[in-house]
Amino acid sequence: MSRILDAIPYARFLGVDLERIDGTLELVLPFRQEIVGNASLPAVHGGVLGAFLELTALLRLIDESGTDRVPKPITFSVDYLRSAGPTTTRARAEIFRLGRRIANVHVVAWQDQPGRPVAAGNGKFLL
Amino acid sequence: MGAPRRYALQGLFGPGFPEMVGQVPHARVLGIRVQETGPGFSICVLPYRDEIIGDPQRRVVFGGAITTLIDHASGLAVACAVEQLTSIATIDLRVDYLRAAEPGFDLHARSECYRVTRSVAFIRAVAYERTADDPFASAMGSFMLGANRGNNSFERLVGKHGQGA
Repeated sequence: MSRILDAIPYARFLGVDLERIDGTLELVLPFRQEIVGNASLPAVHGGVLGAFLELTALLRLIDESGTDRVPKPITFSVDYLRSAGPTTTRARAEIFRLGRRIANVHVVAWQDQPGRPVAAGNGKFLL
Repeated sequence: MGAPRRYALQGLFGPGFPEMVGQVPHARVLGIRVQETGPGFSICVLPYRDEIIGDPQRRVVFGGAITTLIDHASGLAVACAVEQLTSIATIDLRVDYLRAAEPGFDLHARSECYRVTRSVAFIRAVAYERTADDPFASAMGSFMLGANRGNNSFERLVGKHGQGA
């Protein structure tokens, strides 16, 4: 999987890392000045969080379906729950349905405690 | 309707200028520029570059980069719609990917803030390479007004540029 991550230029650009916890992929977004959106808080840019969620959904899908084609996003929707502070963000995706053509994925991102999510996403992908 | 509305940023409306993204480190890193702002709308540009590719085989831009551009343009559209400067935070954003963005072209996002209430503002947006009527993505979202005590990054700009109008 980390080969796939390395092959996605945008993932490298964000500085995303990958871990496998209890068999499930978890993506790690270390904090850096370059991902700040609001410098006075400071908080991670909402777009970065959205992109990070989408990347997590995509990688979990590739991991589960064993496809070598990158699934195409149809719709991705993000709920911003808290401002994300200057620390590491982690995300985990769950596939609600893996159909023949369409997959439905739910993603949650958190910082210090998994029970206090900073953002959640819902995506539909064309396989 | 009543008296014409006043906009907090109306002194900045027109072609964008570099300081408009200076306060947002990630936008600066991505190379996002403001092309134009006006009453309740903004147009931002994300130059095409290798770092934003999501599908190396097709050289198609990663969806998340489009989300970032639309989020940025939309926050700015909200700032361009309010009568008084306040902090602005995204509540939610939904992006529909209508087709792949054509490799090699700069990405544009035009966002319109079509409704502002006391604490929430609503936007719709499109993203395109050439013209807004042939978009590769469309989006809608909502933003919280006065969500935190962080400074609005436009305060300083209005002080510097905004006295003309």
